[in-house]
Amino acid sequence: MKNTGTLKVTTPSHCEVVLTRVFDAPRQLVFEAFSKPDLLKRWFGPHGFSLVVCEVDFRVGGGFRFVLRGPDGKDMGMRGVYREIVSPERSIHMESFDNYPDKPHQVTSVLTEQGGKTTFTATIIYPSKEVRDIVLKSGMEHGAAETYDRLADLLQTKLSQSSATAATP
Amino acid sequence: MQLNGYGQLDATFAALADPTRRAILARLTLGEASVTELAQPFKMSQPAISKHLKVLERAGLISRDRDAQRRPRRLEAKPLADANAWLESYRQFWEGSFQRLDALLDEMKTQKAQKQKKGSRR
Repeated sequence: MKNTGTLKVTTPSHCEVVLTRVFDAPRQLVFEAFSKPDLLKRWFGPHGFSLVVCEVDFRVGGGFRFVLRGPDGKDMGMRGVYREIVSPERSIHMESFDNYPDKPHQVTSVLTEQGGKTTFTATIIYPSKEVRDIVLKSGMEHGAAETYDRLADLLQTKLSQSSATAATP
Repeated sequence: MQLNGYGQLDATFAALADPTRRAILARLTLGEASVTELAQPFKMSQPAISKHLKVLERAGLISRDRDAQRRPRRLEAKPLADANAWLESYRQFWEGSFQRLDALLDEMKTQKAQKQKKGSRR
């Protein structure tokens, strides 16, 4: 698979995207890495991006402010508000990008630990599929190598997910 | 039928949401096949299979040769490749972050172990 890590991306419905990733660490550490600014600064953002602003007020009703600087020097800002925090199991927050401040999406993060490993599941719910599409459009632009290899990968993934996804034709 | 942009993406994901249709597509990656051939592995009537084929066809994922008598179905790769690129862009965004997080967590684990060692020496 092209998928380098163990990150799984599924789309259970038009407005939802689910990310699943296993980390080789106890969930207390993973939870800290997701909630402490000095730790977030060290990992959050795609390759070539750095988190130049990272302010976190980690409590229900509190919020966060991130600014990611890209390799081209362009900044991408985002902010959010925490709705629910159950340390070190789960959190729910609303977040929005500066480009689309009136289109927040909800992110539910759940951490489960087994044998010293932690499974992180993030369910992102967009208010509509239009918003999902706007948010993801930028990412779409750098994808698009259309080969049969990847097609086979996709089918393989989809086939292995057949038990996980409900049939909604 | 031609769909554009995200309408196409939705049609692709909706078509892929059914295990029978995914199995049909997997079969067609091996080469074109007639309806009878496609129906064979399933405990399903030909009309039931035809319904699934219609969904796949409407989503632009398969096409058929109208001239040939068998009217074999074949895979149309582009919509699936686009759907894969869409998921891939999402993966790329997050996987870059998560690989750095892997390294950070290793470091945090080591630090924690060292602290515990120090504590037990006291």
